Amino acid sequence: MSTPVVLRVIDFISRTAGIVLTTEKAYFIEARLSPVLREENATSIDELMQRADRGDRRIAQRMVDALTTNETFFFRDKAPFDHFRNIIMPELLARRPAGKPIRIWCAACSSGQEPFSLVMILDEMRAQLGGRNVEIHASDISETILAKAKSGIFNQFEVQRGLPTKMLLQYFTKEGDNWKISPDVVRRVNFFKFNLLDDPRAMGTFDIVFCRNVLIYFDRPTRAKIFDKIADRLAPDGFMLLGGAESTFGVTDRFVSHPKERMLHLPVAKKADTLARSAIA
Amino acid sequence: MKYCLVVDDSSVIRKVARRILEGLDFEIGEAEDGRQAMDSCSSRMPDAILLDWNMPIMDGYEFLTKLRRMTGGDRPKVVFCTTENDVSHIAKAMDSGADEYVMKPFDKEILSSKFGEVGLV
Repeated sequence: MSTPVVLRVIDFISRTAGIVLTTEKAYFIEARLSPVLREENATSIDELMQRADRGDRRIAQRMVDALTTNETFFFRDKAPFDHFRNIIMPELLARRPAGKPIRIWCAACSSGQEPFSLVMILDEMRAQLGGRNVEIHASDISETILAKAKSGIFNQFEVQRGLPTKMLLQYFTKEGDNWKISPDVVRRVNFFKFNLLDDPRAMGTFDIVFCRNVLIYFDRPTRAKIFDKIADRLAPDGFMLLGGAESTFGVTDRFVSHPKERMLHLPVAKKADTLARSAIA
Repeated sequence: MKYCLVVDDSSVIRKVARRILEGLDFEIGEAEDGRQAMDSCSSRMPDAILLDWNMPIMDGYEFLTKLRRMTGGDRPKVVFCTTENDVSHIAKAMDSGADEYVMKPFDKEILSSKFGEVGLV
């Protein structure tokens, strides 16, 4: 693959998905796009790029799907889910009026393990919830990965990464060599396609945003823009969770890190700190 | 350092498991079947046992049932590690006192995840 073609692909994925790739990643681009080449009967990546540039949205989406990374697993990193169970939900349940739903957005949900893990925790918290409606909205830029999430089907390797065996038995049935999560769990998550570069205003306000292990693929100005969009969509006393290698420090002044819990970030409220913030500081 | 007994009739599996678990800071002992594993537990009760199901002389299920009746046999965390990957086998293992279950083939990530689940990593 020639350098000009590599540069075209880099420009394409930056424009369409905000993802930063460098010329050193030429091997990655080639490896990821090779299956698309074969399936689309294209002779070269240059031809794929030409078709995408001419407005072939299907090809463009296939390229985005191929070039995005979908590394995830159940209860990934554990700590964010402990925060969700032990800090975030108890605070929100205490603060929100009984009839008001608690709204969660998993902003880059990949194949669905993160929102499905939340469903399992909410089941454990059923008594505490007292019938409270908790909405889980989960988005990703890749249509292919969203289709996989909605299918609820995982291979043997995937169900052994982070998922306790008792939950495998409780929520999954075996289908051939794969495992299928209960349709009831899938139904409790609203999956939808969303590009983090787009305007999220129509989605309403959220109490919790999980945006983990995705911002590492963006450059700093893009990360700042995405933090702005999330801050605008997050309740002033809401919570944002990032991946272990991600931080708001030096990127945005719309969030402060939780003083004790890594990966947990709080919006800088427009008004004086709430009781909860003084309680956890 | 925690002590883990790897019980499997395949020397290859024992070798792979040993390499992974030593990397997770375990001291490793080995047994080729349930009978050898019982003898090993009688002389030194491990903190963890990685246990195959199908083995000659005494299989993993029989070993686990006997282990849990032994004095101190309730202490080791037992992680089944087997090619048996249907729901009935998994449920039977968990009901009989296994703490976690690994379906072969496995890698470092899976073993680390499962030993983490039982509080040993």
